[in-house]
Amino acid sequence: MRADMARLAYRGRTASIGFAHGPFVRVDAPPDGEHASGTPEDEKRALRAALESAGRQIAFLANAAGGEAAQILEFQVALLDDEDFLDPAFAAIAAGAPADAAWSSVLDEQIADYNAASDEYLQARSSDLADLRDRVLRILRGGATEAPKIPNGAVVCAEDLPPSRFLEIDWSGGGGVALLRGSPTSHVALLARSRGIPMVVQLGAVAEQAHAALLDGERATLELDPNAEQVDVFERRREAHRKSRAAAHAILRRPAASWGGEKIRLLINIQRVDDLAHADAQYADGIGLMRTEFLLGEQAGLPDEETQYLAYDTVLRWAGKRPVTIRTFDAGGDKPVPGFTEDGEANPFLGMRGLRLCLARPDIFAVQLRALARVATQGNLKVMFPMVTTPDEFEAAREAFVDVVGKLQAEGTAAALPELGIMVEVPAAAMTIERFEASFFSVGSNDLAQYVTACDRTNGALSKLLDPLQPAVLELIGRTVEHGRRAGIGVSLCGEMAGDPRCIPALLSCGLRELSVNPSALAQVKQTIDRLSREGARD
Amino acid sequence: MLETSKANGQDFTGSVRLIHAVGMHARPAVKLTKLAKKFKAHISIRAGDAVDWINAKSVAKVMALRAARDSIIEIKATGEDAEAAVAALVDLVAADFPDGG
Repeated sequence: MRADMARLAYRGRTASIGFAHGPFVRVDAPPDGEHASGTPEDEKRALRAALESAGRQIAFLANAAGGEAAQILEFQVALLDDEDFLDPAFAAIAAGAPADAAWSSVLDEQIADYNAASDEYLQARSSDLADLRDRVLRILRGGATEAPKIPNGAVVCAEDLPPSRFLEIDWSGGGGVALLRGSPTSHVALLARSRGIPMVVQLGAVAEQAHAALLDGERATLELDPNAEQVDVFERRREAHRKSRAAAHAILRRPAASWGGEKIRLLINIQRVDDLAHADAQYADGIGLMRTEFLLGEQAGLPDEETQYLAYDTVLRWAGKRPVTIRTFDAGGDKPVPGFTEDGEANPFLGMRGLRLCLARPDIFAVQLRALARVATQGNLKVMFPMVTTPDEFEAAREAFVDVVGKLQAEGTAAALPELGIMVEVPAAAMTIERFEASFFSVGSNDLAQYVTACDRTNGALSKLLDPLQPAVLELIGRTVEHGRRAGIGVSLCGEMAGDPRCIPALLSCGLRELSVNPSALAQVKQTIDRLSREGARD
Repeated sequence: MLETSKANGQDFTGSVRLIHAVGMHARPAVKLTKLAKKFKAHISIRAGDAVDWINAKSVAKVMALRAARDSIIEIKATGEDAEAAVAALVDLVAADFPDGG
């Protein structure tokens, strides 16, 4: 009889594309257990201790997960460090409330407030607050701190799933997430997407129990205890999806892009070490631009030599024999750093930024150069300086570097002088490129276009004028490439235009054979070059 | 749209338009409060038509501002590094909360 019944099928909204076929597991478990309350002093101590241990747990999860997950959990860490936020709970305790009741009432009020917001992004943040509330309550009530065991490949179903619970589940065997509420803009949806775990949200009411589930992230459906026919349709859809993903990967796995018979090297730009976790990063021919400004924003004060060394070393190890180009601090302009950049400049884009600032602050520059000189012994490192205007500046930077290497070696520390190059982004440098005795050039097309067209790139009203395909911009790029070709010096381009399919034909025509793009643009750029190459061959 | 000025003997103030696509949300709020905490000055902010100033070092309060895209954020600071604090926060908002800066 059951086999003939209409199967349980639900439709929601897609939060992460993908397919999961596995056991169905409901995980709604409100924190249970009792909190034995004491005097207000005891309760304050209990809450303090619970907040501290929640902070440690979240920090542990953030560390283990890294990347985006760590950034997401940062909001909870910031709340635990916010006295204004915590004060009402302590006030309630002083007025006689037990720690758990005081904590929940303060958090519930905030959660209701967020849920009442008209804006979906803000509503989605309420699950972060609920996550924090429940974690602290579990600790206070001494309930299970371990996440319940979820079978491999399960379709996990809940009202909502906070990011930290998602991170506690082992997704290595696949699986998926089906939420009765939830939102595609929630943090957990972001995590699911970055890990390729299918997620469907806003399913409404779903049966409490079932053995098996089919979760289709493309159609946003959940089917419980499916019959053979449903499974068959599902598996066919899953296979079609897998094939289209495989096609994108096949493009990336091809040994090298080529155009007109010449090899085009495709490298990646990274903002921070975690960017290497992107699934497509491994297919890059190297790192064309590692920005180092993230080091300036991590903790209070400027980063010490060891912190920097570890970051650079991690990236070089990842790259193996592939080249890694690290750019020295490009602070200033639109990237102010307290304690480093100049305050109150009338025109920061035309002010003390990039190499200018580093040369003016030799104390800070020397720390970075020491870390780079030490790591230069480990792999295929190149170092480039941003915002170079004249050959004198480049030579001053080289001198500072040589000096640092000499001092390190005198101390008995292994150090080397890597290949040194410049970013070509100031028109004066591009126009006199033959006067620079650099080992390589990297065109920073964003700033070059901004300075050539005299258009502030943060001013949206000027975006038409700021077109990187302006003949004046292409002229300067072509000039740099031409000089590189004649002098046997490598030239690459690491601005946004390298990842823009519309700009790629012009860049290849200019003679560029090395492009550096964000990891997420790699497949599309490679495909574009392949297409242009085939069209070229037909002509 | 940004300016910094000395309102009286000790207070420094500034105002800047919030260009962030989704308004003052978790990541911008965390970045703003983290930067504010680097200064010793007492720093307050308000947004839109609000009358009350709130503590710029409290992430919960900054989120509660519900500052929407294109609203004007006013910043006020008192204390030894107040001027630098206002300038840094104005820059952060004006530059749309860049990563790692």
